[in-house]
Amino acid sequence: MPVQGRVVISELYCKGCELCVGACPQEVLRLSTERITSKGYHPAELAGEGCTGCGICAVVCPEAAITVYRQVIRRSTAAVGA
Amino acid sequence: MVVEQIVPEEIVYQRPRSLVECATHYCPGCTHGVAHRIIAEVIDEMGLREHTIGVASVGCSVFAYNYFDFDWVQAPHGRAPAMATGVKRVLPDRMVITYQGDGDMASIGMTEVVHAAARGENITVFFINNANYGMTGGQMAPTTLPGQKTTSSPHGRDVELAGYPIRASELLATLEGAAYVVRRSLHDPKNIRLAKKAVRTALEVQRQGLGFSMVEMLSICPTNWGMSPNQALQWLAEKMIPYYPVGDYRVSPSVAQLKV
Repeated sequence: MPVQGRVVISELYCKGCELCVGACPQEVLRLSTERITSKGYHPAELAGEGCTGCGICAVVCPEAAITVYRQVIRRSTAAVGA
Repeated sequence: MVVEQIVPEEIVYQRPRSLVECATHYCPGCTHGVAHRIIAEVIDEMGLREHTIGVASVGCSVFAYNYFDFDWVQAPHGRAPAMATGVKRVLPDRMVITYQGDGDMASIGMTEVVHAAARGENITVFFINNANYGMTGGQMAPTTLPGQKTTSSPHGRDVELAGYPIRASELLATLEGAAYVVRRSLHDPKNIRLAKKAVRTALEVQRQGLGFSMVEMLSICPTNWGMSPNQALQWLAEKMIPYYPVGDYRVSPSVAQLKV
């Protein structure tokens, strides 16, 4: 089972440029159609399962808006995969 | 969701400490932000935040002093390497960096950077090349590609009339005083990582007093190029890199021995 991760995208910084959407190898990022930031952009968000916490979105993000978390693989697969 | 919370997580990436917690004025997708980020990350990793003085240029990057959390001074247009020379000579124990766009460094400031490199000043120049004057509305710059349409060359750059683009890295690489001159691109994750490594090497060159270092970073300007950010990345890869090849143009023997 692949490692699971998640990303938190700050609405203070995100300008909806879509660079992370284009770079995500798992294609789990999209621009939110419902939310709008104080600057007037639709921010990126995590859509659905499959984020591995690879951090490529954070590498391409021009605003340093993305915080990436990843599971630590120390536990047994049963506990992690629950 | 409950399961996710009890699973231990590590932070793989978070905003570097050397960036101020404020939104930038850059257009969406502008890779100035990527350049800011990798410089801030390297300064954090090297523990230099309290020992660095930046010299901001004129252009879109003029507000760099608002975005980095260390000391900055603002130079007149193009004069950042001259001002950095002064700062470094007065405070030789500080790391002195300049952050300049192509309009600033390759046009009005070409004299200053050439002479700073020729003197072998122990400063680091970060040169952002996006092939036009971004802040003033996308006019033709010395780095504009032949045939490239800008607001002041609406039929494409005519090399008979406006001459050929300047390859700044190749030019500075001919100077003895330059220790480390490289070109990197910011158009995909791999190249961004290579650019970060070059930034690290350039600052290490300065820390060890080996001479002038410059990292040129090819950048996108989606607003003035009239493209979406992802299209602009494609355009950079297809059009700019053939004219501005990514590579190491000068690595002096002492720099080649550095382990970064």
